[in-house]
Amino acid sequence: MLHKPAVQEGTDHAVAYKMRLGMIMFLIYAVVYAGFVAINVLSPILMEARVLLGLNLAVVYGFGLIVFALFLALIYNAMCVKKEKLLNTNDKNGKEGDQ
Amino acid sequence: MTLMPVILFVIFVAAVLALSFYFGNKTKSAKGYFAAGGQIHWSVNGIAFAGDYLSAASFLGICGMIATVGYDGFLYSIGYLAGWIVALFVVAEPMKRLGKYTFTDALDSKFNSKGIQLFAAISTLIVSICYLIPQMVGAGSLVTPLLGLSHSVGVIMVGSIVIFIVATAGMASTTYVQFLKGGLLIIFSTILTVAIFVRGTSTEPDQGGKVPFYPYKTVQLLETSSGVASADSTCRFVGGIEEISGLHFVRVRYNDLEPGWWIVKKDPATGMQTAEETQWVVQKEDGAVWINGRPASEENQLRQVGNMTQIDGKTGETGSVGPFKFLADLGSSESTVKRWKEVTFSKNEDNVTVYAPVYTAGNKIMRPGLKFKVEGTPLQKMEFISLMMALFFGTAALPHILIRYYTVPSQACARKSTIVAIASIGFFYILTLYMGLGAMTNGVVNLTDNNMSAPLLARSFGVFLFSMISAIAFATVLGTVSGLIVAASGAIAHDLLDRFGGLNMDDKQQVNVGRLAAFSVGLIAIILGIIFKGMNVSFLVGWAFAVAASANLPAILMLLFWKKTTAKGIAWSIVVGIVAAIGIILLSPDMYVRYGLPRDAAPIPFGQPGIISIPLSFITLIVVSLLTQPKVQKASS
Repeated sequence: MLHKPAVQEGTDHAVAYKMRLGMIMFLIYAVVYAGFVAINVLSPILMEARVLLGLNLAVVYGFGLIVFALFLALIYNAMCVKKEKLLNTNDKNGKEGDQ
Repeated sequence: MTLMPVILFVIFVAAVLALSFYFGNKTKSAKGYFAAGGQIHWSVNGIAFAGDYLSAASFLGICGMIATVGYDGFLYSIGYLAGWIVALFVVAEPMKRLGKYTFTDALDSKFNSKGIQLFAAISTLIVSICYLIPQMVGAGSLVTPLLGLSHSVGVIMVGSIVIFIVATAGMASTTYVQFLKGGLLIIFSTILTVAIFVRGTSTEPDQGGKVPFYPYKTVQLLETSSGVASADSTCRFVGGIEEISGLHFVRVRYNDLEPGWWIVKKDPATGMQTAEETQWVVQKEDGAVWINGRPASEENQLRQVGNMTQIDGKTGETGSVGPFKFLADLGSSESTVKRWKEVTFSKNEDNVTVYAPVYTAGNKIMRPGLKFKVEGTPLQKMEFISLMMALFFGTAALPHILIRYYTVPSQACARKSTIVAIASIGFFYILTLYMGLGAMTNGVVNLTDNNMSAPLLARSFGVFLFSMISAIAFATVLGTVSGLIVAASGAIAHDLLDRFGGLNMDDKQQVNVGRLAAFSVGLIAIILGIIFKGMNVSFLVGWAFAVAASANLPAILMLLFWKKTTAKGIAWSIVVGIVAAIGIILLSPDMYVRYGLPRDAAPIPFGQPGIISIPLSFITLIVVSLLTQPKVQKASS
């Protein structure tokens, strides 16, 4: 017998959409993160360049990575909520969703 | 010992115990014990994530590292936060969808495999114990100055409180302790950061008038036919210039105290040599300790350090500054920060530690390079990449973080709570840069223990802020240790005994065994916390991340995104991930130094395993899965 989740939910027809969207957003962030690591390794002196409000690239990129994470997270949530409403409401009306 | 930290500490502990007692009466089922009934609100869970994740390593360790090596410490903040992206986009909802109480449940959801149950539980235990030890050692170190208790009493006290929290109500009480602590940590770190801006920066920081700025003396050094002579009559040189660990020192008798080791520097432009006062500790053969030329005493301790000598080309005070101006001033190539380098050697049967000033330009402080040699050899660059990889991939595979997904009612709530976590943790990590740099420039760094930088910075603003920050630092340990013990007790009671051992316990038995497991793990944590007293074991957190990233993440990702993944593939990838990560660390130069062996003798020339062990674990999973495909699937493909 397989182990069942602690809380049973109804069928979520947006699962496939959310997994695909999550993977795309993960890859976008991974590229930006890799860019930060690459600059540090390939041209660390570039990190000293002042780029915004007297702040150097290291600080702007570092803070940027933190803020960008939240930005992507909010977009992801908004898109997921929209899709969940659409597909899972359709399901209630007897239509098959994106599974 | 001041009274206020004790009062705040007692209030906090009383609140925590009352909370645990309240939830304890309500916790009767396994679902209630291991997953808080799955009914925690997502916003509470999000802040509790912060309380769980922001361990003493995050709060004290990162601030301390930034205070001593600048931006390099902030790299941990960036990496730790970036890891939450993996958690949100890849792991959060599937974990919630597939699992029940533990991380092993999710991995094993499709297979019911004994191999996965055993190895995923072992991986959970390794990660949890590696994380637990530094927290317990840190708890002892914190309690000593805060309450005036000995290290072991501090560890026993922390252990007992945590066992009570977990054994009474498991995940429910743990969640609210973490919520309380996470919220307080963010609020008071914000207050501390604002206080830094209001005070501004000074080239002669005096802790708000509480500790006078100490002007270290510099004298010109004249070379004579008989050796070296001082151009200042208050300083007499004893002997000639000596080279120690790549630095040059001369012994100087100043103010008729016992001679100390002053650092010798040469101006490349003028060729003029100067000797600058340092701080030093001598452990005499008879055990007596002398500090800066006098016997150590309550009044004669090492002075706190850390200041700028040039602020964007000027000396003096800036007055209140904004958050951007503060960083811009520090990062200027016209700014200079006085940091301290530790040199240890033996002299006439005495053990000597000299703390010598080194001056670093602001533009070097505010970019990577002081700790991580990004401009070094290819191997050093590879280590840097490897560390950033482990931080990125490690968070989403930490068992004590993953189990928090089972405390919320739905997948959408799991997602939303992760977003709250990203917002609160991200905000806190931005504050770490300010708190660390604030400590670096406010003359509050303790030369022997940079972990206390944030609380000491708070002390420079008054007893209340110090008391709150110290009490929160202590609460930080309680929150994180509770989460770790819940994770470990779940691995023992639920994964190993109930599922792998096939005991098929009923609900009540699972709760009782969970409580017993929590008690046992707590007891082990207390013992390890006492054994490792005084050892810098923060590297164990690095082990935890490396093992989590190498053993757990490939298994989670491939289970979700590769249909050919098999139970044997997952089990073997976990084993290979653990062995490769720990093997590389154990055979690394840093560990060889800890064994008392030369660095060069280490068979593996680097210590960050991620870049090797993560791909190796992926490859193992793929190869073993392909070799163990079910026959039906082979036919259909």
